[in-house]
Amino acid sequence: MIGYLIRRLGTSIVVVIGVSIFIFLLLHAIYPSPARAVLGLRAPQSTIDSWNKANGYDDPVVVQYLRYMNQLLHGNLGYSYAENQSVLALFQERVARSVYLSGIALLFAVVIAVPLGIFQAVKRNSIGDNIATSAAFILYSMPVFFLGLILIQVFALSFPIFSFEASQSTSLITVMGDWNAMTLPIATLTLISVAAYSRYMRSSSMDVLAQDYIKVARAKGLPERLVLARHLVRNASLPMVTLIGLSLPLLLAGNLVTEELFNYQGLGLLFFDSLGKADYPVLLAYTLAGAVLVVVGNLVADMALTVADPRIRLA
Amino acid sequence: MQPLPTLGGRNAIAEGGEVGAVQSGWRLALREFMSNRLAVIGFGIVVFFVLFCFVGPLIYRTNQLSTNLIDANQPPSGSHLLGTDSNGFDNLGRIMKGGQAALEIGFFAAFVAITIGALYGAVAGLVGGIFDSTLMRVVDVFLSVPFLFVVLILAVKYGATVLSLSLVIGAFSWQVPARLVRGEVLSIRERDFVLAARTAGASRWRLISRHLLPNALGVVIVNVTFQVADAILAVSYVGFLGFGLHFPNVDWGDELSDGIQYLQDGYWWLIFPVGACIVLTVMALNFIGDALRDATDVRLRRR
Repeated sequence: MIGYLIRRLGTSIVVVIGVSIFIFLLLHAIYPSPARAVLGLRAPQSTIDSWNKANGYDDPVVVQYLRYMNQLLHGNLGYSYAENQSVLALFQERVARSVYLSGIALLFAVVIAVPLGIFQAVKRNSIGDNIATSAAFILYSMPVFFLGLILIQVFALSFPIFSFEASQSTSLITVMGDWNAMTLPIATLTLISVAAYSRYMRSSSMDVLAQDYIKVARAKGLPERLVLARHLVRNASLPMVTLIGLSLPLLLAGNLVTEELFNYQGLGLLFFDSLGKADYPVLLAYTLAGAVLVVVGNLVADMALTVADPRIRLA
Repeated sequence: MQPLPTLGGRNAIAEGGEVGAVQSGWRLALREFMSNRLAVIGFGIVVFFVLFCFVGPLIYRTNQLSTNLIDANQPPSGSHLLGTDSNGFDNLGRIMKGGQAALEIGFFAAFVAITIGALYGAVAGLVGGIFDSTLMRVVDVFLSVPFLFVVLILAVKYGATVLSLSLVIGAFSWQVPARLVRGEVLSIRERDFVLAARTAGASRWRLISRHLLPNALGVVIVNVTFQVADAILAVSYVGFLGFGLHFPNVDWGDELSDGIQYLQDGYWWLIFPVGACIVLTVMALNFIGDALRDATDVRLRRR
């Protein structure tokens, strides 16, 4: 097992290096230097050239990449000329809010999807299963923003229960307490994930229900409740760990759209604003952070699975 | 003279038998597909939307070029079946126009992704060894790139047209077909007919194009529909965030985001019909994809 974990870790490091090279090269190719943003559109070419030279933007790409990575490892994510702030400071201001929104949505999604999927597998083809399957199918094909709009229309306009704008407070404690403003964004992100997870959980539970150890458990007279609790839930939930790791890119994209729709001051909205301002240092840092998060998420999921599943652990 | 016709005859039988087997395999898959009610409904919905978006404007003629502010934001009526938007464009005609873009980008992006992915996976699987594992690490790298972020950055920088969005979306969604085809090729290349072709001196390119890809076609076809669905969703995201196609072109996400500012005014016709179009199209494609996967998966076959 240790050998496998070390190999897996090695692959992840290679992938992180590869993805950082790729994203850096891509953004460098479309935006070589922030000189124009700093010096203005009317600055003469000679000024631009000397600024580039002074700030290292005419060095070979390899040198620039290594310098960027070196700064990154020392906690410097670059400088946003559009905001006149370090990217790190911009991120620090907002990261907690994004982590809260995505984290709580992920938590709710798992808490809802796991029992729902198991229920659907046990009562397969019942009315409840069919309703849940249809709902999952519709949600699964629905863009996040349209789901958010429907929720706004129903729960903020037709029946004004919740606010259609997310909490604007800068204090996370206030944001967490403001259920009136936070319910709809959290519900939007949660429902999209529930759709994907419950579909998967249902088929995974059906696979487990067909296994011999379930038959044995039933044959030895174990009450159905214990069969489900001891044998089904644990075994069927294992693949969910991998699925959560794999669904991180979806969660990041969902986060971006949800924050834009509900005007929630998190990292996704920062990315969206930076797109409009062509603020590439922010775009580069956030895309890179997203990629690293995806790699690390998959690594953690694999490791957790290895430790949790004796079939892998003892192999 | 005598042995030759016999040989030819035997060949003919062998070939005929093989072709027959392949055909019946496909026919079986088709029957399986047709027996799946959701798949047939999904196929019907896709056909409907193709006709609605491409033939519809020929029947339901609307002016989508010059604004008409006197008629702006009109509710549905006899002359405008789904009302008008804030520029006075007929909303139903606008949905048809947006659907053209969505379907064109969806299918073209899927084509790009499948082409890159199939060739990439076939080469990786056929060559094998360190080359294969290097290529697969590259796939891992591309799988870790946050898809929507990169698509948005490129769409903003290079402008969004049907062609550019298709290429960008296709260029970042070939990883799954590459993995699928590689897996198929790894198992197919150990079969006897590939060995026979190799022994007969077939070149590597011939092996890929005539033997490996056609046999790996099943997994590719299944993946196409999911690719189209995902691409249509991706375009709607780009459009919704305001970085989609430019006037006079329009896409579904773009229309929806235009409608949002009137949500509180109750102009439902600007939001919900176009949203329903996105959901229905994507859902229909997912139905077809699921059914194709079940139909081509021998393990799931009932007979």
